[in-house]
Amino acid sequence: MARAVTSRVKLINTAAAWFVALLIFFPILYTIVTSLKTEAEAIAGFNLIPSFSFESYVAVQTQNDYLKPFMNSVILAVGSTILALIVAIPSAWAMAFSPTRRTKDILMWMLSTKMMPAVAVLVPIYLIFLRTGLMDTRIGLVIMLMLINLPIVIWMLYTYFREIPGEILEAARMDGASLWGEIWYVLTPMAVPGIASTMLLNVILAWNESFWTIQLTTTNAAPLTAFIASFSSPQGLFWAKLSAASTLAIAPILIMGWFSQKQLVRGLTFGAVK
Amino acid sequence: MGTIALRNVNKSFGATVIIPDINLDIEDGEFVVFVGPSGCGKSTLLRLIAGLEDTTSGHISIDGRDVTGEAPAKRKLAMVFQSYALYPHMTVAKNIAFPLKMAGEDKAVIDKKVRDAARILNLTDYLERRPGQLSGGQRQRVAIGRAIVRQPSAFLFDEPLSNLDAALRGTMRLEISELHQQLKTTMVYVTHDQIEAMTMADKIVVLNAGKIEQVGSPMDLYKAPKNLFVAQFIGSPKMNISEGAPAGKHGAKTIGFRPEHIRISLSEGDYKGRVGVAEHLGSDTFLHVHTEEIGTVNVRANGEVAVRHGDTVYLTLDADRLHRFDADGLAIR
Amino acid sequence: MATRETAKLARIMRAPSIILLLIWMIVPLGMTLYFSFLNYNLLTPGQTSWAGFFNYSYFYTDPAFFQAIWNTLVLVLGVLLITVLGGIAIALLIDQPMFGQGIVRILVISPFFVMPPVAALIWKNMIMNPSYGVFADIARFVGANPVDWFAQYPLFSIIIIVAWQWLPFATLILLTALQSLDGEQKEAAEMDGAGFLSRFIHLTLPHMARAITVVILIQTIFLLGIYAEILVTTNGGPGYASTNLVFLIYRAARLNFDIGGAAAGGIIAVVLANFVAFFLMRAVGKNLD
Repeated sequence: MARAVTSRVKLINTAAAWFVALLIFFPILYTIVTSLKTEAEAIAGFNLIPSFSFESYVAVQTQNDYLKPFMNSVILAVGSTILALIVAIPSAWAMAFSPTRRTKDILMWMLSTKMMPAVAVLVPIYLIFLRTGLMDTRIGLVIMLMLINLPIVIWMLYTYFREIPGEILEAARMDGASLWGEIWYVLTPMAVPGIASTMLLNVILAWNESFWTIQLTTTNAAPLTAFIASFSSPQGLFWAKLSAASTLAIAPILIMGWFSQKQLVRGLTFGAVK
Repeated sequence: MGTIALRNVNKSFGATVIIPDINLDIEDGEFVVFVGPSGCGKSTLLRLIAGLEDTTSGHISIDGRDVTGEAPAKRKLAMVFQSYALYPHMTVAKNIAFPLKMAGEDKAVIDKKVRDAARILNLTDYLERRPGQLSGGQRQRVAIGRAIVRQPSAFLFDEPLSNLDAALRGTMRLEISELHQQLKTTMVYVTHDQIEAMTMADKIVVLNAGKIEQVGSPMDLYKAPKNLFVAQFIGSPKMNISEGAPAGKHGAKTIGFRPEHIRISLSEGDYKGRVGVAEHLGSDTFLHVHTEEIGTVNVRANGEVAVRHGDTVYLTLDADRLHRFDADGLAIR
Repeated sequence: MATRETAKLARIMRAPSIILLLIWMIVPLGMTLYFSFLNYNLLTPGQTSWAGFFNYSYFYTDPAFFQAIWNTLVLVLGVLLITVLGGIAIALLIDQPMFGQGIVRILVISPFFVMPPVAALIWKNMIMNPSYGVFADIARFVGANPVDWFAQYPLFSIIIIVAWQWLPFATLILLTALQSLDGEQKEAAEMDGAGFLSRFIHLTLPHMARAITVVILIQTIFLLGIYAEILVTTNGGPGYASTNLVFLIYRAARLNFDIGGAAAGGIIAVVLANFVAFFLMRAVGKNLD
């Protein structure tokens, strides 16, 4: 800045920003607060101070077997991420380090597959899943989630791999490393942060995916998205319990998201904004 | 031990020819500098010797052995990159040890060699640090250390000092020269800075558009440049040149005279001129003089010459050290 | 790494992902295209027959269809408007010197990580519920009648929910772009006598043009596929008031078991997506390179 900012200006900025931020965060905050109320408290009117009762969290497990959809979410998120990495790492690698004239075109094409509306293939996918017995299986959904996020994973890895300076790999070659030595001792350690960031983003995207996880599951493989969606009918007036279920469903991803802002920007803009 | 020979080396990328045809001999223990303007192919030539690029045609031999097409590791060369290319996730010690590890050496042997290299380069205190925690000069030394432990037939330097500030560059130049005195290994050094070339080289190879313009010792190139390009490339400030009548007087198409080979006087001389810009450094004075006959001339005078912008001065060219060039730009001797 | 053998290895490494995505692109879409020309209902599988363009012309005469297209566009544009304008404003605010900027950022980006069903239910039950919601409490506090949001303004309610979820994304992207603006440029503009508004219009906005473009493009892709929020709140109703194209096709396929119709709808959705993408690229594509 051209001159030092006065404390007064800083305080005004702080007040304005915190006001907006709390406004935006309020729904989440209120949910967490409500989850710590009893059901009677929950419908008793607006109240920001709960009684810090954990009965709803207990009820969510004893009455609704919360653990099952939770584990499904975990399996789907982690499973599809690992599967995506297995396919994407060699791909991004090859494209980053041995680019051809067509590499950029191929990447653009992969991007375009993400633009295809999911609903367009709802019919065939639904029928295929029914006929092949993949309906309501975790493996089926893992494959689906892998397919729809694959373009993002490849793109992200590609941008990270491209940032590894070629000279370092040449230095390794001069130092006598074979191709596998280069990959193992130099390339992989330098690529690990990028791979970790990509994993984080993919876990978030898979956990929150709310179309296929609802269409292709009923009871066995239903993750939290389907589980929560089933409470949409008016009988679900157990708000404290619903708040507890919601809080548990969003907490892991919320925390992950706080730490992955940079990765999010890179991944979801396909590296266009850094 | 460290002789390198290039025969009819050609390098092209598709239709673009970077290096048409190069023949060069490097003797064992020589400090050879490849110098030239940007894009002249000096880095490409270095990388061909290193094996990081394949020749399109021609042969490269090291110590009499034809290494054309051989992988870099097998050539027993070591390279120091412009950006140092240190492994950011390894400590200094591990960086220096890496080539030995790749060669499968014994752990005890590796430790000793790393310690020796660190001692030579004053890095002993930094062995457990990561490159990110080091200064530019320290990183440079780690890169050199990594090269030294391989005990190569020759060291290859690719513009190693370009990323350092001026003061550090001066210090590192001395260190590298001293290293050469100590190790007596062949060193091939690429730079665009002709001062580095002049101060460090036993032999300079001046390159232009992939062709060797001249090979010789620094003094050879300074005193007897073979053509206009070399004459104007070596020496700072650049050699003055003049065509037309003054050149014809000496029987040449173009004459060249270095700024330091001009006598300047306030009273008499061959050419009269008006001072444009005068730079007073105390140790030297650089004058930018506008004359009618020989155009605008850069003059370098020893010590302090008290002239200012607008003053009239007289210049006399040192006839013994005048360079003459024919219509093709070649030197007339 | 550019020698002949590594080039061959590279091709092998690329192959799986390319093959997978190729199959993923061609097979299901091809099947959808095929089904769209059939009279095929899951409840009467034995009576499947060729329908030609019947399913498509059916859409053309179905008022619900045009309502759905309209709703889709309104949804996308509504959310875009709120998130882009809001995103710029909040990004500018957060970029100012303040205390606790890190926490402010965390609070602001949180809604993006809330899964859509949860987001929708929170808004439906806790905030917009006409009896117990926060909006109702506020209305009663100022002496007005509480609004039954999902009955009276179904599409608008959904726009609010989705905009709440995507505002953080736009803010984050725009903030990142904003913070990459060279401080020296701003100072040079100040020296040249440019006031805050002037600097914003001539310096900041052009610098952010690329990021804004990216935000609009990426969000549009996702907004065309809004589904869970509608499912969990209005189910597309009342009537078709909050049905978008996705929901219409979902109803046809899963509730009416009309495979042929849903497939035709799917093809139309692809055409719409391509149309929007093309139009968008043309309008703002120059900012991307």
